[in-house]
Amino acid sequence: MADKETRVATAPGRTPTNLTQGGRTKAGIGESTLRPDGTLKVTGEFAYSSDMWHEDMLWGFTLRSTVAHAEIRSIDTSEALATSGVYAVLTYDDLPTDVKNYGLEIQDTPVLAHGKVRHHGEPVALVAADHPETARRAAAKIKIDYAELPVVTDEASATAEGAPLIHENRDDHHVGHVPHPNIVHRQPIIRGNADEAAKKADVIVSGEYVFGMQDQAFLGPESGLAVPGEDGGVDLYVATQWLHSDLRQIAPVLGLPPEKVRMTLSGVGGAFGGREDLSMQIHACLLALRTGKPVKIVYNRFESFFGHVHRHPAKLWYEHGATKDGKLTHLKCRIVLDGGAYASASPAVVGNASSLAVGPYVVDDVDIEALALYSNNPPCGAMRGFGAVQACFAYEAQMDKVAKKLGMDPVAFRQLNAMEQGTLMPTGQPVDSPAPVAELLRRVKAMPLPPEQQWLAAGTGADVRALPGGLSNTTHGEDVVRGIGYAVGIKNVGFSEGFDDYSTARVRMEVVGGVPVATVHTAMAEVGQGGVTVHAQIARTELGVQQVTIQPADTRVGSAGSTSASRQTYVTGGAVKNTCEHVREQVLDIGRRKFGTYHPAWATAELLLEGGKVVTDGGEVLANLADVLEDEAVDLELEWRHRPTEPFDLHTGQGNGHVQYSFAAHRAVVEVDTGLGLVKVIELACAQDVGKALNPLSVVGQIQGGTTQGLGVAVMEEIIVDPKTAKVRNPSFTDYLIPTILDTPTIPVDVLELADEHAPYGLRGVGEAPTLSSTPAVLAAIRNATGLELNKTPVRPEHLTGT
Amino acid sequence: MRVTFTVNGRRQEADDVWEGESLLYVLRERMGLPGSKNACEQGECGSCTVRLDGVPVCSCLVAAGQVEGRDVVTVEGLADFARQRAEGGGCASGACGTSIDEAQRWQARPADAQSDEAADLPRETLSPIQQAFIDAGAVQCGFCTPGLLVAADELLERNDSPSDADIREALSGNLCRCTGYEKILDAVRLAAARGEDRTAGQGA
Repeated sequence: MADKETRVATAPGRTPTNLTQGGRTKAGIGESTLRPDGTLKVTGEFAYSSDMWHEDMLWGFTLRSTVAHAEIRSIDTSEALATSGVYAVLTYDDLPTDVKNYGLEIQDTPVLAHGKVRHHGEPVALVAADHPETARRAAAKIKIDYAELPVVTDEASATAEGAPLIHENRDDHHVGHVPHPNIVHRQPIIRGNADEAAKKADVIVSGEYVFGMQDQAFLGPESGLAVPGEDGGVDLYVATQWLHSDLRQIAPVLGLPPEKVRMTLSGVGGAFGGREDLSMQIHACLLALRTGKPVKIVYNRFESFFGHVHRHPAKLWYEHGATKDGKLTHLKCRIVLDGGAYASASPAVVGNASSLAVGPYVVDDVDIEALALYSNNPPCGAMRGFGAVQACFAYEAQMDKVAKKLGMDPVAFRQLNAMEQGTLMPTGQPVDSPAPVAELLRRVKAMPLPPEQQWLAAGTGADVRALPGGLSNTTHGEDVVRGIGYAVGIKNVGFSEGFDDYSTARVRMEVVGGVPVATVHTAMAEVGQGGVTVHAQIARTELGVQQVTIQPADTRVGSAGSTSASRQTYVTGGAVKNTCEHVREQVLDIGRRKFGTYHPAWATAELLLEGGKVVTDGGEVLANLADVLEDEAVDLELEWRHRPTEPFDLHTGQGNGHVQYSFAAHRAVVEVDTGLGLVKVIELACAQDVGKALNPLSVVGQIQGGTTQGLGVAVMEEIIVDPKTAKVRNPSFTDYLIPTILDTPTIPVDVLELADEHAPYGLRGVGEAPTLSSTPAVLAAIRNATGLELNKTPVRPEHLTGT
Repeated sequence: MRVTFTVNGRRQEADDVWEGESLLYVLRERMGLPGSKNACEQGECGSCTVRLDGVPVCSCLVAAGQVEGRDVVTVEGLADFARQRAEGGGCASGACGTSIDEAQRWQARPADAQSDEAADLPRETLSPIQQAFIDAGAVQCGFCTPGLLVAADELLERNDSPSDADIREALSGNLCRCTGYEKILDAVRLAAARGEDRTAGQGA
């Protein structure tokens, strides 16, 4: 077995460091402990992946396709290679092994395009040079002869007779059950009899909804440094969401055994799903191995828009029925997600969109279909909310429509149909933990409303900064009307459908300088969510120590799974807790061995570690941890799993597919300038059940951040793809707008803690649920203000003014 | 070309600078100061904000040659910069007695009541705005943080009692994708409130 400690490449000038917290830090779970990486981050010393630097390093650059669908007739790299300062130019022909594709589930994504390109911005060639500008200029000299092919951009063009097949020779495990080879995966969910149930309906409401393509727009660009090792391997310092998933995809392409690809997580500047797929990882390794020099790649913002997958745009058709006393009778719906050129996470997104298509409501009779297309649009995959976001946008619009048709209050109507603990999902799975949907709606509705017309508050004429349009000074409030809207959503936590969703934690406990300390080592990607804070809190709680060191995440420890699906505190937090419990038992065994004869409680009592001591559950102190351990160390690495799930039946969608659900409700208050078509969101209140807030400060931060991303998609965020050419029109922060501090309102948060008995500490994944309901709440508020139907995100001025 | 300028109070020289290089590139890649962040490199996100002769600028939009002979302050120098600005001692950072709750209830003073006395800042390793960002939970992934800190520090230098609208206006050029900005507002309010506490504590 290879020595895991061997580091045969020289480390870069800046590397991720241990995070040690001790002293006066607020201790355990339930406390708003401050981040252990906070000081590094506010002083500029935190080593992000784009900050990696190595003596003598080269810069890599990726040449990308300028067309969306084309045959590559030829590539001429000679002029680029002859450029002074250029060390290597690589194309498909230079790949070292027969493994030339990668992918999260389906290996359909080429490392470098071969034969053809399938989307605008697909990587075609790589350059390594001594200056980033040299690399860019050399790449511009590469000549590619494209023979353009017709593009497939929507369901009609993808499934039309004679439509070009995006992947001609599919052999993945979905191809056998999809109705067309340009469909990645399709999941129906049939329960009861929707046609029969529809006959009982007094009102039937249908709608067609369009959800635009959203971008994760994390601020830290795709970047990293690959350092070739003397053993022929490579050390990769990179920002990712799942080191071991990357490793599984990288090593075969390089032709290296996994232990020769040593990965270290470097500072991650946000992720939101956009770092689940590989970006520059393999490219940097290929250039480093070819040149024998460290190679750094840093995408600029333009390239970042091409370098990661986006949120699936979707078209959704919904039909609900209800009796006149307000009970939902049935749901029929069809959800078409555009997965773009490569599969990425599309199959799992389909599973989520279909199984969560009903929302947090009781509907016994459903006929649901969700599918994802292959097209020549940009590839789409994971983004915060993962398939549940698109469905929530549609079902919440429907709830308002049905309530309106029945003449009922929209919140009361939702509460009347709200699911609760014990409700069966459309998949037949019972919801076996608290599901406080009606209560969350009640709480968010009960929050005080912000005062009206705040722009007049000063009493000295309108403060234009508080008006829609703000500092543009285009109005003084003449056409401004207010609206209020509500929405609620349900999101699954963790990976579903039978996935072995485990995590690994290594915990070491020892005495250093007379003080007991714990060291926690996992491969969890800290992407900003605060996992490092929570892991230290868990170790303090379980081991009774004050000082905890969090080691950098790397592949020397077992997989932690992905930092996504709201799963990381549950699963890796659970793994840290579990390992700590085993460490505690071994520490107590040492204590029994040394001191057992001195006090009967060692053998008979329930013993705890608290405040650096071994204590009985009655509070009696038996020993100092320092005396128990002396110069011994307890060091364990263990895997931990949550309850297993099972795949959905391919025809009926039945199955216990999900681990846990999380719920959030929003109330949006907006002011709309009906003359200008401008919207200002005044307040976006949220109530969310988190099971147990391990770190209340971080929980509120996650909820506010998720809420703001949902606000963004409601009123401004969309990657615009030309429907004729499938080219991306707005790959920049000039043209793709994310909310600024002026666009983002006050976000009061009401946190509910109803423990889930199946989860560690009763916790419930937090990060994604608030992204679901904030978008439909804002839309509902704009509809309430304007009376317009508005079935599309984002709402643009022309939708409000009819121009 | 060679570019000589002052960074965080120290004279620095960069050699072999290509004419197209930005101040951001020179700081990050030639001077070993990666604190200013490269989030968009097109002047849209504010992550690379530095003070150039006291004025906040996006360092990605400043050609390196433009800073010849001038004075730059980056996030790495923010604590020293704040310390030099303040004269005299003060309470320890983070221990001025203002809680987040109090800071959230804090109101900007009316303009006519503003004192022009210099705020006392802590002699600690962090500037007050850096400490406030940590204490308020305004740091998540942290990539936007350096730029926000430089911009917020400049705001508080101009206006030690900013209203929420003032804070929003001053930070509107700095994108953050993680926090939803609420805790960033909290942090600026906290730093302002702590500044007032110190002034009040000295009988101002």
